Amino acid sequence: MTAPLTLLDRLWSAHEVLRREDGTSLLWVDRHLVHEGSHHAFAKLAARKAAVAEPALTFGVVDHYAPTRGREGAMAPDVARMIDTLRRNADQHGIRLFDLMDPAQGIVHVIGPEQGLTLPGLLINCGDSHTSTHGAFGALAFGIGATEVAHVLSTQTIWQKKPDAMRITVEGALGPGVSAKDIALHWIARLGTGGAQGFAVEYAGSAVRDLSMEGRMTLCNLSIEGGARFGMIAPDDTTFAYLKGRPHAPKGIAWDDACADWSKHRSDPDAAFTREVHIDAAQIAPTVTWGTSPEQAVPVDADIPTPAALEADKAKAASAALEYMGLTAGKPIAGTPVDQVFIGSCTNGRIEDLRAAGAVLTGRRAKVPGIVSPGSAKVKAQAEAEGLDRIFIEAGLEWVASGCSMCVGMNGDLVESGKRCASSTNRNFRGRQGRGARTHLMSPAMVAAAAVTGAITDVRPMLQGRAA
Amino acid sequence: MAGWSTYRGSAVSLPLANVDTDQLIPARFMSAPRSEGYGKFLLHDMRRDDSGADSADFVLNRHQEAGVLVAGRNFGSGSSREAAVYALVDAGFRAVIAPAFGDIFASNAVNNGLLPAQVTAEDAEVLHATLGKDCAEMTIDLETGVMTLGNRSIPFQLRDSWRTKLINGWDDIDLTLHHAGAIAAYKDKRHSQTPWAWPSAAD
Ligand code: SF4
Repeated sequence: MTAPLTLLDRLWSAHEVLRREDGTSLLWVDRHLVHEGSHHAFAKLAARKAAVAEPALTFGVVDHYAPTRGREGAMAPDVARMIDTLRRNADQHGIRLFDLMDPAQGIVHVIGPEQGLTLPGLLINCGDSHTSTHGAFGALAFGIGATEVAHVLSTQTIWQKKPDAMRITVEGALGPGVSAKDIALHWIARLGTGGAQGFAVEYAGSAVRDLSMEGRMTLCNLSIEGGARFGMIAPDDTTFAYLKGRPHAPKGIAWDDACADWSKHRSDPDAAFTREVHIDAAQIAPTVTWGTSPEQAVPVDADIPTPAALEADKAKAASAALEYMGLTAGKPIAGTPVDQVFIGSCTNGRIEDLRAAGAVLTGRRAKVPGIVSPGSAKVKAQAEAEGLDRIFIEAGLEWVASGCSMCVGMNGDLVESGKRCASSTNRNFRGRQGRGARTHLMSPAMVAAAAVTGAITDVRPMLQGRAA
Repeated sequence: MAGWSTYRGSAVSLPLANVDTDQLIPARFMSAPRSEGYGKFLLHDMRRDDSGADSADFVLNRHQEAGVLVAGRNFGSGSSREAAVYALVDAGFRAVIAPAFGDIFASNAVNNGLLPAQVTAEDAEVLHATLGKDCAEMTIDLETGVMTLGNRSIPFQLRDSWRTKLINGWDDIDLTLHHAGAIAAYKDKRHSQTPWAWPSAAD
């Protein structure tokens, strides 16, 4: 009798080329995604005069520095240089590049799935910590640094020590106006940013199964904010329906064979996890961050915590965060005025996210300025076909092209010092959206609500009588 | 990259939790080529005011010779940007000591000869209290996994594979190329057993 296996066990052993005595595995990489930030890795390759081992398994995309306006015209010199360097490297090594004007361009973690490059059972690497997103398909997907990117480029393999398995089970139904983003912020607030450090997190339970692929990607995307390099969900019919017919997905008989294989990618019912966490979906409210770490989050109807009431090791960080954020402990988080809003990023820039924001904004005006940047050119086209762009524009928000944009500000889309931004992104770190910027993370629907009222607001009453 | 097994240098204390990669090196500096040196970007917005002038009382400005940073919980959390490690290495650091590290940061550190030494929260407190705002000579021994500050010896945790790598200064690519045969055999097997794992051509 073989011991019961977790999804992690299955994915890991399927990719193990060999295991060293010290327990480190050499794993085969099925897909390697690169972007402008991969320039250090290509420079390492050039220094060794090495070639890319598997160009057909390597895909590049312009996203981190992608201008969101006036793409045809002149760009800031450093932005142009970063994009040109990627072009040159992709060209030299024969890598398919989703360039600025490509109709399939977009954020790397949005286009991988969209193009059918991301599939169940694959090992996917990218020099970006939110690579955990692709685990939503039942893939082993994790972010790597530049030295590791150079290693994957040269060998199509990666050395990695197997993490321990952790399962977060969310049972029950989410309330109206509550989304995958809120599940993620909820568990990270509960367990802390180090809560899943060293673990691969598998998400399970009825609330997770009920999520669309978009929601599952949002959930897996944020795993890293709880410390986990890997997030994953067992593939099912929702997964297969999303992938069928995607440009690079298997076709014909190969599709049927693949689905048969993929159906086996799950944890055995009696598999043992090193850590188990259970969450009741009904208890999750729309959740907002108040501080400078994703763990500093509260339900929108709660008060901003008083540092003295927190555990000692968190109290000091909380005081510093409140000072940076310009907030007063003990006051309700709702009603905090915001200066601007941002909807987009690999966390919440997919079509479903835009629909959720659109449902709130229909027939309403934003009190503050803001940007809506779809996760990909395809999402942009889809949103325009559905008339969502009109809703955003009529609300007074700016509808721009796709890229990482204000998630990280590398392309110049920045929040000014001291300004407060309600943002559908993933990091509220100091300076993430620009030096001195104050970021509040929340779901796209909550960002839309903040736009309408000009303050952090519970979206739920605003959705009454509307299809969310 | 040269390996090392003992290090003796100045240690400083930065008793902050969650010093993430965006603080270690703000995104706006990351388009610079490494050859320019990343040391000047390290903790840029924490150590310099809006005009770019050094804040006189910031610990790294007072002790530019420091080679060991004693930090708080969850150091290097956040992005995979190896530039965060380059900034530390180029500023002269050989070791960071903290109760916990971001996973990707720690492996990036080891890939660049920077030791991510994990200590207990209590030991970290002791180190912070001992150092205060000053700097002091510390010795770190990779073989024994012990650091010494004054008359105090404190053990640290480090994955065995990382210890070996730091000591030998190994380049993973060279090591991996020794396994080229096993990799080729794996590839053939994967291709025959799971042909769907190769991307199909877009129409
Ligand atoms: S949107 Fe933000 S988190 Fe996502 S890949 Fe881009 S920079 Fe990284």
